[in-house]
Amino acid sequence: MRESFGSWTRSGSPWVWLNAGAVAISVVMVIGLLALIASRGLGHFWPAAVLETEVRTPDQVYHLVGEKVETVSVPTEQIRSAGIQIQSEKETVERFLIKTGNRDVYGSDFRWVLEEFVQDVTYPENLIAVERREWGNLYGYLLALKEKGETVAVQAAGENSIWPEFEKRIERALAIHEEIYQIEKHDIGRINYAIERLRLKQRGFELKGEDSPQNIAELDAERAVLNAEYEVLQRQLAELYIAANRDSFVTQAMNGQTVEVSLSKVVRAYQPNQMGVMAKMGFYGSKLWEFLTDEPREANTEGGIFPAIFGTVMMVILMSILVTPFGVVAAVYLREYAKQGFITRMIRIAVNNLAGVPSIVYGVFGLGFFVYFLGGHVDELFFPEALPAPTFGTPGLMWASLTLALLTVPVVIVATEEGLARIPRTVREGSLALGATKAETLWRVVLPMASPAMMTGVILAVARAAGEVAPLMLVGVVKLAPSLPLDGNYPFIHLDQKFMHLGFHIYDVGFQSPNVEAARPLVYATALLLVIVIALLNLSAISIRNHLREKYKSLEM
Amino acid sequence: MEAQAEKKATEALAVADEQTPANNATGSSMTDTSSSMTDKNSATDAKHSSDSKSHGIDISAMNRGEGNTLTIEQETTCLDVRNMDLFYGTKQALFDVNMIIPKQRVTAFIGPSGCGKSTLLRSLNRMNDLVDGCRITGEINMEGQNIYDKNVDVAELRRRVGMVFQKPNPFPKSIYENVAYGLRIQGINKKRVLDEAVEWALRSAALWDEVKDRLHESALGMSGGQQQRLVIARTIAVKPEVLLLDEPASALDPISTLKIEELIYELKDKFTIAIVTHNMQQAARVSDYTAFMYMGNLIEFGNTDMLFTNPKEKKTEDYITGRYG
Repeated sequence: MRESFGSWTRSGSPWVWLNAGAVAISVVMVIGLLALIASRGLGHFWPAAVLETEVRTPDQVYHLVGEKVETVSVPTEQIRSAGIQIQSEKETVERFLIKTGNRDVYGSDFRWVLEEFVQDVTYPENLIAVERREWGNLYGYLLALKEKGETVAVQAAGENSIWPEFEKRIERALAIHEEIYQIEKHDIGRINYAIERLRLKQRGFELKGEDSPQNIAELDAERAVLNAEYEVLQRQLAELYIAANRDSFVTQAMNGQTVEVSLSKVVRAYQPNQMGVMAKMGFYGSKLWEFLTDEPREANTEGGIFPAIFGTVMMVILMSILVTPFGVVAAVYLREYAKQGFITRMIRIAVNNLAGVPSIVYGVFGLGFFVYFLGGHVDELFFPEALPAPTFGTPGLMWASLTLALLTVPVVIVATEEGLARIPRTVREGSLALGATKAETLWRVVLPMASPAMMTGVILAVARAAGEVAPLMLVGVVKLAPSLPLDGNYPFIHLDQKFMHLGFHIYDVGFQSPNVEAARPLVYATALLLVIVIALLNLSAISIRNHLREKYKSLEM
Repeated sequence: MEAQAEKKATEALAVADEQTPANNATGSSMTDTSSSMTDKNSATDAKHSSDSKSHGIDISAMNRGEGNTLTIEQETTCLDVRNMDLFYGTKQALFDVNMIIPKQRVTAFIGPSGCGKSTLLRSLNRMNDLVDGCRITGEINMEGQNIYDKNVDVAELRRRVGMVFQKPNPFPKSIYENVAYGLRIQGINKKRVLDEAVEWALRSAALWDEVKDRLHESALGMSGGQQQRLVIARTIAVKPEVLLLDEPASALDPISTLKIEELIYELKDKFTIAIVTHNMQQAARVSDYTAFMYMGNLIEFGNTDMLFTNPKEKKTEDYITGRYG
């Protein structure tokens, strides 16, 4: 099997190898990327063991309790030049990043220590980790439980006798917290929304000169009912708050300081060094579930990202609903009705170029045209009672979807045009020969047959729009939205509201967060989720397309 | 019955083979089958040489079933083509065509490729309007109305003058919906009316028994011949006055071709039919009148029997005897 290089080249196998190699590299890169963000992101939710150690640097000796988050190798030279004396003969030394928590006590969550200074690492079973609503995690020994300021149970630093009682009280506190949340978010939210609408109605009456005493009295009556309801809820809330703040617990932090924390601040408490694999998996599941379904806490560095997932999906769906008719109508006109010539050619070129315009330009356009111009006029015409506060004259879901629809419309136009061009002439003629007009032929035969191509366009549009962040920052995405754009208050879909978006969330958590170290795993997890959400959106569009394809299988046999 | 059909089909195939112009041109390199057929053909030729001008087609063997000879003067005119010229851009495709399409007869158009027979057929229901740069002078009258008048409703004209194309072109819908399509276009949506019309059309197209159990399955799952009959059913469902068939059997196998021809024979009582075909045997079998076209000119038009047995023009004779094509 000896071949000359020349004949090998002529046989074409180098090209096959080249192509196969390119494909293999792409696949490896994609899988590698996904594996990287998955491992970095998903590892975050695993309950790591909490270590306790004595750190002896040449200058000081201190006690350290925390989770080991990261290990890096640092050249010895670099450490020495920083003025730290170390004995190590090796070229590099290991340096650990320890999450010590207790930000309220030490001022920061993380601490770097050199491996050389770390001695006597132990994993005491009675160490507790507490996730709090404020100040991040707490690590320490449980010392006492208090009720209304009175100590009800005590234990020494090494014991574990009051843990069951502690867990019971946390459960109670969580139940109360849930109740408070429901009242504040839903009941009071609804009442506030209704009162705001009444205010706008009254203002509307005033503007139209219909503010007769009778009308105003009606509004006042409604308002009185709402206010009464509000009073009841307010009293209920006050009682709940007292109940929630009844219990507190005392811990000993690593420097020996005792810390007292109210149980109403606790999200969950656990003893990581005591958990078995099953318990850890359960914990992992609940953390992951929280991540997917909860709202963010602590400037987005803790809790979940549900509003961001919801906002992304909602925006993409709205975008698809807006872009499809736009693109299809334009493509039908260009392909079927417009006289083919210089002008249509120019329009096609313009459309194709539109796809290449940087997305931030669309953002600026959206802000200038949609938000300020269109939105401003919409407000003047339809929502004058709310002025000077803008309703649609401010970035929001509607404008963000429209801006992205504009960004992706070339893709839909091009795909639909190609689809229309592929419909066999004979089928159109068949319809025309039966006495159908051109419009009837289009509507009944051609468009259904071109629908898979349209879906291809929509798939491409979704893929592009879901990952877009830059224009959204200008036209509607915010760091933290107070409520979802879809809720139980009339008119249910709030197109004027600002919303959260996974892509922007990644940027915000990763680069705008006050606590970058704590948030980094969340960046990976969010990125993974964004990829999954886009993939799911795409897959659903693809399955719709395949269904259509099956239905309108090509006539060419 | 089955065997009989098959026999007929084989004949049709054999005859088609003989008559394919390409075969005549490359006679020396013909396959065994066709050369043996040619032998048979020459034998037939010899037999008839005495009473006719000896053409490729033995018209008396066609079993045409019409004893009386037809004359164009006695027919009722359905479509009247007068002084028609047709241009594609600057290129003229039809030159001063004058003919009538007689009512409830089958008129065949024959001629070599590119002679304009399809163009002429397509201009009878203004299908050529769809071609960019197509221009027509002269007139085509239907019941005294020029169909190229400005105020003619083209859709309505096409409903009255239905057309079936070379390749079966069913819509990607169910069999039922394909047939009901034209009616739905007219705004008929009553299920009872549609059901009746669909059954009538499918029965008329000799398709009912084959598809009655799967009316709601996709039409794309049918065979080519069934699809073409479905298209015919679809076209006659709207009860047109004229049926234009543009090489309806050219993409089909011999058995399907035979079925289509039988169908044409059945349908000519109800419709005026104009058919374009490449296959002279087919023209001879199914038509009452034949028009021979060459290079955009209507060379000869007349009674099929006469045209095939006793053509007046030299060009016609050359063509049907296979001297060119």
